[in-house]
Amino acid sequence: MPSSLAIDMRGITKTFRNVRANDRIDLSVEQGSIHALVGENGAGKSTLMKILYGMYRPDAGTISIDGETCTFSTPQDAIGRGVAMVHQHFMLIPTMTVSENIILGSEPVTGLGRLDARKSRADIDKLASKFNLSIEPDALVSTLPVGLQQRVEILKVLYRRADILILDEPTAVLAPQEIEKLFDTLRTLRDDGATVIMITHKLQEVMSVSDHVTVLRNGRVVLACETATTDMATLSQAMVGREISARSRSSSPPSTEPLLSVDHISFVDRQPRPHLDDISFTLHRKEILGIAGVEGNGQSYLVDLLTGMRQPTSGTLRLHGHGSALSHIAHIPEDRHREGLVLDFTLAENAVLGRQREGQFSGPLKFRRRGIADFASTIIKQFGVHPPSMTQRARMFSGGNQQKIVLGRELTKKADLIIANQPCRGLDIGAMEFVQQLLLQQRDSGKGILLISADLSELLLLSDRIAVMFEGKLVTILDAGTCTEYDLGAHMTGASRRSA
Amino acid sequence: MVDAIFNIAFLAQVLRISVPYTLPALGATFSERGGVINIGLEGMLLSGAFATTAATYYANDPLIGIACGLLAGLLMGALHGVATVVLKADQIIIGIALNLFALGSTKFLCQLLFHSSSNSSRIVGIDAWSASLKNIPFVGDILENPFILFAMALAILSHYVLFKTRYGLRLRAVGEHPEAADTLGINVTQLRFSGILISGALSGLGGAWLALDQHSFTDGMTAGRGFIALAAMIVGKWKPLNATIACILFAFAESLVIQLQGGNVPVQFIQMIPYVLTMVVLVSFIGRAVPPAADGIPFEKEAS
Amino acid sequence: MNGAARILMLKGAGVFAALLFSLICGGVFISAIGKDPLQIYLQMFSESLGNPYGIGQILFKATTFIFTGLSVAVCFRSGFFNIGAEGQLMVGGLCIAVTGFSFAGLPSLLHIPLCILAGMAGGAAWGFIPGFLKARFGAHEVINTIMLNFIAAALISYLVNSVFAVPATVHTPPVGHSAELARLESLFSIFKGSPVNFSLALALLAALFVHYVLSHTRFGYELRAIGLGSRAAECAHMNVGLLTMTVTTLSGALAALGSANFVMGYKHYYEIGFSDGAGFMGIAVALLANNRPLAIPFAALFFGMLDYGGLTINTLVPKELVNILQAIVIIMIVLSMKLMDRWMPQFEKTSLPAASNG
Repeated sequence: MPSSLAIDMRGITKTFRNVRANDRIDLSVEQGSIHALVGENGAGKSTLMKILYGMYRPDAGTISIDGETCTFSTPQDAIGRGVAMVHQHFMLIPTMTVSENIILGSEPVTGLGRLDARKSRADIDKLASKFNLSIEPDALVSTLPVGLQQRVEILKVLYRRADILILDEPTAVLAPQEIEKLFDTLRTLRDDGATVIMITHKLQEVMSVSDHVTVLRNGRVVLACETATTDMATLSQAMVGREISARSRSSSPPSTEPLLSVDHISFVDRQPRPHLDDISFTLHRKEILGIAGVEGNGQSYLVDLLTGMRQPTSGTLRLHGHGSALSHIAHIPEDRHREGLVLDFTLAENAVLGRQREGQFSGPLKFRRRGIADFASTIIKQFGVHPPSMTQRARMFSGGNQQKIVLGRELTKKADLIIANQPCRGLDIGAMEFVQQLLLQQRDSGKGILLISADLSELLLLSDRIAVMFEGKLVTILDAGTCTEYDLGAHMTGASRRSA
Repeated sequence: MVDAIFNIAFLAQVLRISVPYTLPALGATFSERGGVINIGLEGMLLSGAFATTAATYYANDPLIGIACGLLAGLLMGALHGVATVVLKADQIIIGIALNLFALGSTKFLCQLLFHSSSNSSRIVGIDAWSASLKNIPFVGDILENPFILFAMALAILSHYVLFKTRYGLRLRAVGEHPEAADTLGINVTQLRFSGILISGALSGLGGAWLALDQHSFTDGMTAGRGFIALAAMIVGKWKPLNATIACILFAFAESLVIQLQGGNVPVQFIQMIPYVLTMVVLVSFIGRAVPPAADGIPFEKEAS
Repeated sequence: MNGAARILMLKGAGVFAALLFSLICGGVFISAIGKDPLQIYLQMFSESLGNPYGIGQILFKATTFIFTGLSVAVCFRSGFFNIGAEGQLMVGGLCIAVTGFSFAGLPSLLHIPLCILAGMAGGAAWGFIPGFLKARFGAHEVINTIMLNFIAAALISYLVNSVFAVPATVHTPPVGHSAELARLESLFSIFKGSPVNFSLALALLAALFVHYVLSHTRFGYELRAIGLGSRAAECAHMNVGLLTMTVTTLSGALAALGSANFVMGYKHYYEIGFSDGAGFMGIAVALLANNRPLAIPFAALFFGMLDYGGLTINTLVPKELVNILQAIVIIMIVLSMKLMDRWMPQFEKTSLPAASNG
């Protein structure tokens, strides 16, 4: 064996209730390499890594680190052996400083438990310069952009002397330019002798940065090889188990009839902090306008303004045709659990959420139970909600089915404008395709859709035009047919403006 | 009346009266910084007051009384912690239930021990053994009551512990983002439990002061101080020193009530002052008061 | 067995277990003072349930608890903690009393509804305040409602003692005969001697009304939506502030009606201290009934029985035992509810058609 195995997992099995998340998985990772762990949502990647990281205990199988068999009962045990996880949803405390976040749990102390601020600072500075990860230790995490927050997460694990780093979908919230910086960091770490495991479903990234790749599907390993010996088509075939059908966009051009006119909208909150700065655009019927942007650049405020949750400080919004009544906007919210559904309401009750005042559902005081029940049945049938029980609480349905309930409710409104905010987030491939097809159908039937998504490939697939937001401004609107992810990324990070 | 206010004796009175506000408020700060809302301060104060009364009566020693008051508060804090931190029940309802429990059990025990459900027999106080300090010029009036010094020292100590020590950092982390702390190997349950225990112990001590100051126990003698202490903590934005200042403000209001009684305004309206003040103050400050992010939300560990 | 029925049985078992544990804990207190718990409980149950007078007393106490329980439950369903039912009850009671003795000449058919409306108005005003403060300022209701209890007590103490009192008493002048609610014994002679009166009918009607509103009206739907998912309700353009204020006002009116039992049906005047913790008992009642209006009368009966039962054994054990039991019941119910929450998804998944990944 040319290089030693940093990690050797054999026969790992883990079952939750009656779902086998990991089924006799073998994973071997060489020391000083970048290893990609690939699979779609629900394939078992996160579970496997949580076992490696000590959060879960496997039902069967062994783990060896550097040749020694190990059992981890808690993440602390794993950290003790040098294994640490950088989470997809950052585990950072926004109201505390960078340095407090980094040292938490492993704080240097003097005598009676007093925090040794000087030592913390010195240690962090040393680490930061060693790996070229500059950071301001006394900055509050809440003030940092996403790319820097991720840097803090990485410093956290390095501070604990981890030499096996597991990164869970690290590029999910980054723009292309930031992704490049991250990959440089990963390469630096690898060259320094660290072992990196990257969980991802983005095959482009696998090809560009990893040395080895393992593909999981339905809890089993279906492919494990050196990255140089494979290609994206093979990987995607292994991931999904079938040819991913070339998804085609709609062929007919958008209408020229305007649906939504946004005119010099600005929004400043009470602090005063500006969130939107002089935004103008027009959405036409039979058009999907994508909104690209790193999270936190004003998109959520734009959505709030359009849905009537906030009022613009200046500028006007105009919905053509039916007047600007809020009932004439369909909104698929970003967070279906907290904003789109009342989880403890039944399917039927959720079906009329926001529409309970419509004549078919209620009279001046009393509810029309029959009308609601009929409507709920229609949604179940038309959108394929499973299980087909209108008296079951929304909480009990899977993510995809929950989204179907929301879609069923919103898309059957007499609304010409649809605002879809991260509509496919957290859904598996089948549900994702269903939703995307649905949006295209709605577009073709004459509606106008505003699509906000962090998935650039989804935006490019579905949109006719894509607007990019950066620091509250609408930087540009590009034609989706001719632009690339890199172009979008340049605008998303403001690089385009700086280089001008 | 102006002369009555701006002199040392009045200030001393205000500081004395602030003790049963300050101690529970400081305790609550620890509890809530850890993420546990403690509505049961009132009940903990009351239990401490009764335990102190009973113990002082039977042992004829106020020090034993104070120790028992602290223990009673600690016990109530433990009950709260088991229900809310370990079993993850709703913190507000448990707090209210504990208040009712304290009300009922103190009356019950008072009836049993003193044959009256509203008043106990008289007990000695602690002014008996601190008379010598009174002679120090200017600050003598303040120093003669050890509780005042204790409360002030505790305020400063709380600030130090919360912001300069490892324990404080972890406690605050657990109140803001317990999941993050958990992934770093910090025992969320233990820390949160310690916070609620501290609030119980300190409230018990506050109750001890009440009993020794009044030289007896009276049914419902806490009269809402536990809730006002909570308001002080909110107004102080969960910072010990600020909360203490807010408590002194409320103590000032209570002192005013005492001064103004016997005047022209009907006594009931004077009695209303602290409660109305609390409501007004809460409303004025509410926009800028942000609690710890995970305050009130039980921490459910991921299945493993 | 049908899935829904299984879930109901599980919930029922949970409640029963909670009550059993509570009685056991109470038994510990009784033993601690050297008495035999079994003997005490037996005496309590037999003296209260064992004769018509006792039952009448239980119904009398339960009447007020139904109103305060409904008041607290309606608020809980919309996510609002109403700890102020005690104050609302007092304010309503005084309004009823004042209307009662001020309009003595009116015919009963007018006077009684007038008094009831006056009581509701007083309670509604007292309930409006914390709702408004929350809607407008975001002020948390727990401290506010508790402060309002103290303020109400002080205000009423002043009004009764200094303005309205009959000299050398702590109560108001009697309400006119036209404002009196007849006792049940006038129709049902078996209740002879007990103060239970027709406000009980009012209470039961109120429970039905609240049930109807919650389950069959749009207002009830919106109210439940803010309680179960306030953010989603906001996104659905519901006016959370307005709804909150409406609920707390309605709830204050409900709590206030609990005083009609005493002021119109029993003593026929307002007496300081009449409420005796009924507002807080409402919290226990609401929790025991899991905030379901139709279950509230039953929960109210249970606590009515405990309350009166406590009086019957007062010579042996201080009646404050009942207050201790009340608190323990609350704690046990909350804990059992928590356990149910943990096991319910399992139950639901196995009881209803299988869910699959969509």
